[in-house]
Amino acid sequence: MEKRRIHIVDTTLRDGSHAVSHSFSPEQVKAIAGGLDKVGVSIIECAHGDGIAGSTINYGFSAHNEMDLIKSAHEVIKNAQQGILLLPGIGTIEDLEEAYENGARVVRVATHCTEADVAIQHIKAAKKMGMFVCGFLMMVHMATPEKLLEQAKIFEEAGADYVNLADSSGYLLPADVTDRIKVLVEGLNIPVGFHAHNNLGLAIANSIAAVEAGATYIDATCRGLGAGAGNTQLEVLAAVFDRMGYDTGLDLYGTMDVAEEIVEPIMHRPQVIKTAPLMLGYAGVYSSFLLHTYRAAEKFGLNPRDILVELGKRKMVGGQEDMIVDVAYQLSQQKN
Amino acid sequence: MAEGKIKVGIIGPGNIGTDLMYKVMKSKHLQMDFMTGIVESEGLARAREFGFKTSTDGVQAVADDPEVQIVFDATMASAHLINAPILKAAGKTVIDMTPAAVGPYVVPCVNLEKLGDVDNYNMVTCGGQATIPIVNAINEVADVEYAEIVASISSKSAGPGTRANIDEFTQTTKKGLETVGGADKARAVIILNPAEPPVMMCNTIYTIVKNPDEKAIKEAVEKRLAEIQQYVPGYQLRVPPLVDGNKVTVIIQVEGAGDFLPKYSGNLDIINSAAISVAEKLAEKMLSK
Repeated sequence: MEKRRIHIVDTTLRDGSHAVSHSFSPEQVKAIAGGLDKVGVSIIECAHGDGIAGSTINYGFSAHNEMDLIKSAHEVIKNAQQGILLLPGIGTIEDLEEAYENGARVVRVATHCTEADVAIQHIKAAKKMGMFVCGFLMMVHMATPEKLLEQAKIFEEAGADYVNLADSSGYLLPADVTDRIKVLVEGLNIPVGFHAHNNLGLAIANSIAAVEAGATYIDATCRGLGAGAGNTQLEVLAAVFDRMGYDTGLDLYGTMDVAEEIVEPIMHRPQVIKTAPLMLGYAGVYSSFLLHTYRAAEKFGLNPRDILVELGKRKMVGGQEDMIVDVAYQLSQQKN
Repeated sequence: MAEGKIKVGIIGPGNIGTDLMYKVMKSKHLQMDFMTGIVESEGLARAREFGFKTSTDGVQAVADDPEVQIVFDATMASAHLINAPILKAAGKTVIDMTPAAVGPYVVPCVNLEKLGDVDNYNMVTCGGQATIPIVNAINEVADVEYAEIVASISSKSAGPGTRANIDEFTQTTKKGLETVGGADKARAVIILNPAEPPVMMCNTIYTIVKNPDEKAIKEAVEKRLAEIQQYVPGYQLRVPPLVDGNKVTVIIQVEGAGDFLPKYSGNLDIINSAAISVAEKLAEKMLSK
């Protein structure tokens, strides 16, 4: 039997950007993208953690001009496709055009899991430019499989080439992933992908559940570098999928070397599941809130855990980093 | 104080147009007269029930009506580009609820007095009406180099127009923050939140300022808050100015008046309340002539 082909989307230079507070330099981008390009990943995503034009007070300013980073990646990518993320409401079609000029050929247009229609204009614009387009639903633990299918169909109708589900809070259990991916694979005519966070230590298990349910695109990052407790660890995934008999096109030793020799030295901290990221997964809070929550907790003299629980209760969605300040302020008022 | 009322027409009997109608009905100087659309609709039927004139001839019906003096265009940007010259030729004063920006941006408590004689006023965006006054107040005392706002609104109160053209919101709001708010540079972000019960409209206003004088900033924001509350009573501070180095953070919430739209639709309420405020000032001027 022929091995099933699984496309690996590396997002070290996008989701991983959160974990280094958006400080990647053009040199670091060249080293990482150049390394990844040689080990067989299908797509290399490079952008601010909150997507292009995410460099703001709210999400953290990029230390280096984002378009220069995209251009730097473009200079070294020969085999893989180069991608970006775009969150409608933050990035615009104008930003997309600029990223295209600098070398991006894949765009993943990301919305909250119930708001797919805001991406229609961006998907159509990207298709018109000849890009490979993914409709990306975030925080998918907050919607039922049926609701996700309805939303994914909006992407499909707008012209998306594949749909990706993101467990942005790292909240899903493997059975939840299976249910969601299965319904999409059965109901759509385009491929389905999955993006995990490791807040409950389930990123690899959930990635396995996704491919077993029919997903053919899986997100990963070197050393798991990413928001919250990070993402699915690329080199581990390469080993696991190899053992399971999937064809990822990855060179296992190559991915190990990129992770250990290039990415690990520039990490700000080991990507482990400390209390706060565990709380993200437990309470269903957007993983990118983590470092912002630490800062607010320190400033207002609070326990990060209390802020995260309140954010979960308020059902805040991706992009609402400003509400961390609101919650911290309100909690500090109650305390005094 | 001027006596009497000025007759008003509304083009576009959707959510915005209908809420405007309710607000005009409560106004001291405005007389609801004519509601028009391009097809028969629930909105037109509602206006008829109240005894107002209605028509499916859209812009032409109000343009041809000699009694209507102020017209709200609550259609969409592409339609307003067609409507604007027709209304101008008919001598109407227009308040444009769309992001078409045919006329100058107006934010009542910031630049209405300074605009002089204008026959087409653009209401920027809901996020602009909620945040530009604060940026402007901070700019007056602290000199804003950079302003960034995050407008979060409930999914239910983001209409199909906003959803289909979300870039228009961010770009128009950014321009308004710069040209009316006075920021040297600006950014705007919009977030839709589907939580149930629906979340109130919330706006975070970040600024980077040259003179971070905390006392002056706090006073300026308090003063401006009182001015906005005159036309949007549900406008409240959630987080008063937090000054951190040269960064100032303010968070405000807008609870709607609940005239026609639900109270959580503070975003729609603030742009409509601002538009009514502009129309009332214009009507006062017309009546005193």
